[in-house]
Amino acid sequence: MADSVPLTGALDLTSAHERRPLTLEILHAWVTTVDHKKIGLMYIGYALIFLVIAGLEAIVMRVQLAVPQNSLVSPQVFNRMFTMHGTTMVFFVGMPILFGFGNYLIPLMLGARDMAFPRLNAFSFWISVFGGLLLYFSFLGGDGLYGAGNAPDVGWFAYAPLTAKVFSPGHSTDYWTLGIFLSGIGSIGTALNIVTTIVVMRCPGMKLSRMPLLVWLYLVMCFLVFIAVGPLTAAQIMLSIDRYLGGHFFDTQAGGSAVLWMHFFWIFGHPEVYVLVLPAFGFASEIIPVFSRKAIFGYPAMVTASVAIGFISLSVWAHHMFTVGMGPGANTFFTLSTMIIAVPTGIKIFNWVATLWGGNIRFTTAMLFCVAFLFQFLVAGLTGIMLSASPFNWQLSGSYFVVAHFHYVLVGAILFTIFAAFYYWFPKMSGRMMSETLGKWHFWLFLIGFHLTFDFMHIPGMLGMPRRIYTYELDRGWGVWNLIVSTGAVFQALAIACFVINLLRSYFKGKIAGPDPWDAWTLEWSTASPPPVYNFATIPSVQSRRPLWDLKHPEDSDSKYEL
Amino acid sequence: MTWLILGESGLFDLRLVAHRWLLSVPFWLSEGRTSIFSPKGTPAHFIFGLSMFVLAITAGIFLAAGGVLTYVLIRYRHRATDSDYEPAQIYGSTQIELSWTVIPILVVVVLFLTTARVIFNTEYARKPREALDVIVIGHQFWWEFRYPKLGIVTANELHIPVSDPHHPTPTYLEMSSSDTDHSFWVPQLAGKMDVIPNRVNVMWIDPETPGLYLGQCAQYCGTQHAKMLLRVYGQSRGDFDTWVAQQQQAEKRDASTEEGRSVFLRNACINCHAIAGTVATGRFGPDLTHLAGRDTIASGAVPNTPENLRKWIDNPDQMKPGCLMPPMHLNDPDLNAVTAYLTTLH
Repeated sequence: MADSVPLTGALDLTSAHERRPLTLEILHAWVTTVDHKKIGLMYIGYALIFLVIAGLEAIVMRVQLAVPQNSLVSPQVFNRMFTMHGTTMVFFVGMPILFGFGNYLIPLMLGARDMAFPRLNAFSFWISVFGGLLLYFSFLGGDGLYGAGNAPDVGWFAYAPLTAKVFSPGHSTDYWTLGIFLSGIGSIGTALNIVTTIVVMRCPGMKLSRMPLLVWLYLVMCFLVFIAVGPLTAAQIMLSIDRYLGGHFFDTQAGGSAVLWMHFFWIFGHPEVYVLVLPAFGFASEIIPVFSRKAIFGYPAMVTASVAIGFISLSVWAHHMFTVGMGPGANTFFTLSTMIIAVPTGIKIFNWVATLWGGNIRFTTAMLFCVAFLFQFLVAGLTGIMLSASPFNWQLSGSYFVVAHFHYVLVGAILFTIFAAFYYWFPKMSGRMMSETLGKWHFWLFLIGFHLTFDFMHIPGMLGMPRRIYTYELDRGWGVWNLIVSTGAVFQALAIACFVINLLRSYFKGKIAGPDPWDAWTLEWSTASPPPVYNFATIPSVQSRRPLWDLKHPEDSDSKYEL
Repeated sequence: MTWLILGESGLFDLRLVAHRWLLSVPFWLSEGRTSIFSPKGTPAHFIFGLSMFVLAITAGIFLAAGGVLTYVLIRYRHRATDSDYEPAQIYGSTQIELSWTVIPILVVVVLFLTTARVIFNTEYARKPREALDVIVIGHQFWWEFRYPKLGIVTANELHIPVSDPHHPTPTYLEMSSSDTDHSFWVPQLAGKMDVIPNRVNVMWIDPETPGLYLGQCAQYCGTQHAKMLLRVYGQSRGDFDTWVAQQQQAEKRDASTEEGRSVFLRNACINCHAIAGTVATGRFGPDLTHLAGRDTIASGAVPNTPENLRKWIDNPDQMKPGCLMPPMHLNDPDLNAVTAYLTTLH
């Protein structure tokens, strides 16, 4: 890689060497910080802890389902496991880890010194943490009545009226409601912060049309958070009113509607998928060009496609409800809107492939994760098309095929690019490189585990296996597939162990990274690794989408070619 | 934490696990009685046809896009012998991007129109006058089937006539739930339809050959969602009529089981269960008028043998933890008597 070229004046070299702070001082500094980088790292660390917890919950389920008629765990425990696994992964792993990267990277990429509202940032983070802790406190405090269970067991979309007091006594459902309610407040706060930062904190020359794609994708994601999280929060309040104040929104015994909850949940739930996947697209859109050594292909089309996905994703929610008897009119409409979303998504995949075309592709660990993402996201998109054809969906919905499909998106696309983002930005965040050897182990083990688990999970679904069953009959022919699926979980667990070891080892012993180890082009690579608290001593100014490319190739600068 | 992982059922017995797994081996390659790819009824055939079409198109897209991607990765990989050159920077191409916008739109149009036809064919199908009506009521964790025109009430095992394509006699299921959401799914006959409280959904099925069609609840409904199994018996017209006639008979009293009968009627059984012709008119649990005519108990969880029945009455929670029937705490003579009585209810 070429030598790094930090922007002139990025660092303030005048500050004096300070004494090493005490542990208590360090802790105090982290808890009280309003620095977007520290908050970003705390978001990521918090999400990683929950990733391991929710992963272990998945392992319990996979061991239970490895063989038919297993009785390792009771149905009650199994139901808690899938509820906690789903809720944790979506609200306390996916959202915080993406907000963490966004928090860390967006000000750096825009040439800003912090987020627009640093204190709101800290508030949003801590309220989300509180939400996660409340959810897990249910293991201790959920048993409101003797024998009423502990952790919630209503499923991550908690369909009414199963959540009513009569079917879910005790407090476990309330912890679920409150945890999500609080994390929703945190999400809206951070989304507001990111949008404001993008709108007002861009450095001179950073027009909207010059922003890195990652920033664009976070912008669309945050608008979706505004629109989607509100209904979810409202639904949680309505549910609490039902449970404690005698409301009847979802009380079907008193004329309430179970379908109402579904609409409220999925008008959140489907955009939520895009809330999670758009930042993943952002990571891929930053990493693939750098390791192909080419500018992203069709930047304006990529931006348009992202915005289009954002809009269309608001009109597809009821494809989760094809089996509730909405009638042919609604089924047809939601089939069409869901299929249309394949068009902008296809454009994105094709443009990434075109970016690779003619490149000089380096298969670093980060790039390997992105390449796997491309294949897997392609498959996830195609199974999505199958599910969008509503009659086909009448067979597949609620089966293990759906579970396989959305894990292809959440793991195969989102988690893979998150790992890519770790390998790519860890040097910036810590100042040290991650080990490529351990990284390759992590990648290949995870790839094998992922495909064993989620490829083979499609099959029992097509053979009639519904999701959320704690065991299944001998004579259905699902046993062999489930055993393979469970075997994959072992590989995934080993891969995650490699990853955690790699993170810890590299943090202490990794090779010193320098400011720009990948010979990259966006502004975060123009300052020190890790960046100083002020990010840039002199606010940079940019003339193109790839300011560092311009600096390194003054004879062939981007500004000459861009639209 | 150990109690949490191990649950109520004790240690993880590897030998038992291996045994159960081996028992399932012969079924791996069986024709798949719950497979969506072995349709045995019209709606399932509609879906099967559509699914083949969608699978062909998506497989084509996968091969094309995946092939190009593989080619690019191999062709343009950085080789050890390569210099650290920066390749030509290409920023985009309107023509190419237009082509991969327009082609997918055309594919979507074709897929959508094909799908829309199947939606309307299934949901707007004309109901023949000969159609059989059955009311399906989902309960935690069993199915209630009522035949309003025939005066039959039964549970968990749905008997319907096969349908001759020339004189179709489909069965129309009017579905609702008495508690939480459920979903009626028998893959060989049709796609699933949710069973939702305070709402009536309708679907139709028409098995083309006599036989047993398996399925189960496909919407999470609580603790024992996994054991809310479904059995649909497609019967020839003659067999079905015989079954109907038998179901319409009232209880036949038999002096040898008078004692069990009186145990049943003296205990809380009657609060939840009904036996036609007696004072037992409970509606919370399955109707037991013709219990002995069923192949299974506990919503398909176990075969209907006297031993299983006895164990079930003694402590249902042992067989189906979390089910809503309480243990009856009968003494042994009473337990035997009531089991003997129930096994005579043909």
